[in-house]
Amino acid sequence: MTEFKAFSKMKELMTNYYIEAKTTKEKPIAWITSGAPVEFLFAMDIIPIYPENYAAMCAANHQSIELMEAAEAAGFSQDICAYARTDFGAAMTQGGPAGGLPPPHFLLCSTNICKTVIKWYEVLARNYNVPLFIVDTPFLHNGLTKDLIDYTVTQFIALESFLGNFLGRPFDRDRLTKVLSLSREAADYWKKILYLGKTIPSPFNSLDSFIHLGPIVTLRGTRECVDYYKLLYEEVAERAQKKIGSISEERYRVLWDNLPIWFKMRRLERFFEEKKCTLVVTTYANSWGGLSNFQANEMNDPYELFAASYLNVYINWGFENRIKYLSQLIDDFSLTGFIMHSNRSCKPYSVGMYCLQGEVSKLTGKPGVIIEADQNDPRVYSDAQVETRLEAFIESMEPVS
Amino acid sequence: MSYYAGIDVGSLTAEAVLIDKDRNIAAYAILPTGNNSQKAGTDAFRTALGQAGLAEADVSRVFSTGYSRARVLQAEDSKTEIACHAKGAFYFFPHVGTIIDIGGQDSKAILVGKEGRVINFAMNDKCAAGTGRFLEVMAGALDVPLDKMDDLALGSKEELTISSTCTVFAESEVVSLISQGKAPADICLAVSRAIARRTAGLVTRVGVADSLVMTGGVAKNRAVVKILSKDVGHLIKVPKEPQIIGALGAALFAREENGR
Ligand SMILES: Nc1ncnc2c1ncn2[C@@H]1O[C@H](COP(=O)(O)OP(=O)(O)OP(=O)(O)O)[C@@H](O)[C@H]1O
Ligand code: SF4
Ligand SMILES: [Mg+2]
Repeated sequence: MTEFKAFSKMKELMTNYYIEAKTTKEKPIAWITSGAPVEFLFAMDIIPIYPENYAAMCAANHQSIELMEAAEAAGFSQDICAYARTDFGAAMTQGGPAGGLPPPHFLLCSTNICKTVIKWYEVLARNYNVPLFIVDTPFLHNGLTKDLIDYTVTQFIALESFLGNFLGRPFDRDRLTKVLSLSREAADYWKKILYLGKTIPSPFNSLDSFIHLGPIVTLRGTRECVDYYKLLYEEVAERAQKKIGSISEERYRVLWDNLPIWFKMRRLERFFEEKKCTLVVTTYANSWGGLSNFQANEMNDPYELFAASYLNVYINWGFENRIKYLSQLIDDFSLTGFIMHSNRSCKPYSVGMYCLQGEVSKLTGKPGVIIEADQNDPRVYSDAQVETRLEAFIESMEPVS
Repeated sequence: MSYYAGIDVGSLTAEAVLIDKDRNIAAYAILPTGNNSQKAGTDAFRTALGQAGLAEADVSRVFSTGYSRARVLQAEDSKTEIACHAKGAFYFFPHVGTIIDIGGQDSKAILVGKEGRVINFAMNDKCAAGTGRFLEVMAGALDVPLDKMDDLALGSKEELTISSTCTVFAESEVVSLISQGKAPADICLAVSRAIARRTAGLVTRVGVADSLVMTGGVAKNRAVVKILSKDVGHLIKVPKEPQIIGALGAALFAREENGR
């Protein structure tokens, strides 16, 4: 990991957040998906809890296998996303780090990341016997259209009344507007940090960005989140200005597509450093930066803005847009190649990858490699197989000139 | 005299190739990897030395490749199999464009440019379908020696199909064909066709060049090579000893590169 002074600040921020969530007597808890409009919760003083993040934490702590096995023994298929299996297992066995998650008062799920979350959250709703609100964000086969925005806006209006009824007090629209602007300010800093990766050598590496992702996923919409990324931004900008790279020698610069492999972070970090290869940019970490493309003051109706920004996430795009975006990143960040993680868990992120690889290679003239893995399930991962493919890929790249 | 060596310790076999300073092959050895990959590399190396009547001291530099490349004691550096098979195939066939290597556990298609430089490659996913291991499992089920499978297959009279890609499922298909009284020759051909079909997909993914070469142990199965040639629409050439191509590539790299 690249050393950042801000890191301790983040740990503090995340620890405080978990402590508050675990101990609060007044604030309601909502479990929420990573791509859902969390701003609605902060506007009403509800604490969001992210089962996906928790599952990733379990994997990073090398605890996911036993949890998934518990879920599988209860009948959940191995073909279900490993995040869901890890969380089911954690709830069943009371296992996992930090003594588990505080139970939800209600659930908020958005389908912009995948359709798995519908069934996942239905199971949670049954297990905890709490209400579930689903925001249905249709797939953007051909980009963003007025119809899709209108359709999604109606659901935010419904979400408002759901929250008002649930809490027994009217929904606070003014507060929502303030939260929204904080959320977008944080996303803006996040995006600016990620785009400093254009500097050669890159001042950070994507494995760092995966680690520093916590607050933008969980706490966007809070003042603390903005402050944190401002601090991190200044630190990264200084490194960029002084041309301090994240590894001692950067010969190759690559893109990483799809989720991280949480249980292999350290090993892969060492591997890439040895090969003098920086992971410069990822479609994954960029997703939250993309929210900053929709600033509060640019659209009159904040609901339309919400709809546009939450529909318009990479994993919800059709192939043409994915190809364009990947090729653009490869050019803009002066990359020497790209790595696509075909993720057994995450079908919507991995489908069509072989075609994408071919098209992007054709457009950019840069080599790409596909590795088969999983973000959370070490049982479907093989070090030797993955590293052989990565090594051969690195050999086939032209180094930075 | 100064010699160079390449040692390829793969998932199933370990090879060593010795070349002299003019790139002539002095000796080679092929041994099973067994359960000790380090020893397998050493044994292959010593066997090749013995054949050439050389001592370790006659060898100026050793490079390794294959799955256990990092565990080869004698090696100064290592290269991936992709690079080594490309290099080795280029040695015998300077016009080669696409190389297909099917070993015990991996199958690879490699597209090379000038000087055997790798442009693109594709490998099987983590599943062993379409690899040498697949062939071995089916040979076992049929009780036919591995090196007799192709002769049998080429004499086949009836067309059968094996549709599963999964090795375990395909094996039960073979077992059920046997129980239906189908001829081993026909089943052998169906098995070869299944491997060729999987591999053809890989080859089209990287690109079919005019000149194709197949390396690795499975290239010894003439039925697979023949069907694959038909599937990709080009004649596929096979070097005389396809299994040593990776080790040969490593030896050539050892000769070219200065030690680090
Ligand atoms: N005489 C033969 N006829 C047909 N097939 C053979 C013969 N000898 C070996 N093979 C096949 O070759 C395979 C081994 O190939 P090879 O020695 O290239 O593998 P490897 O390099 O150890 O494996 P990998 O490259 O996957 O690590 C065996 O699984 C077997 O199917
Ligand atoms: S990893 Fe993929 S499948 Fe799993 S919850 Fe996230 S988006 Fe859905
Ligand atoms: Mg091999």
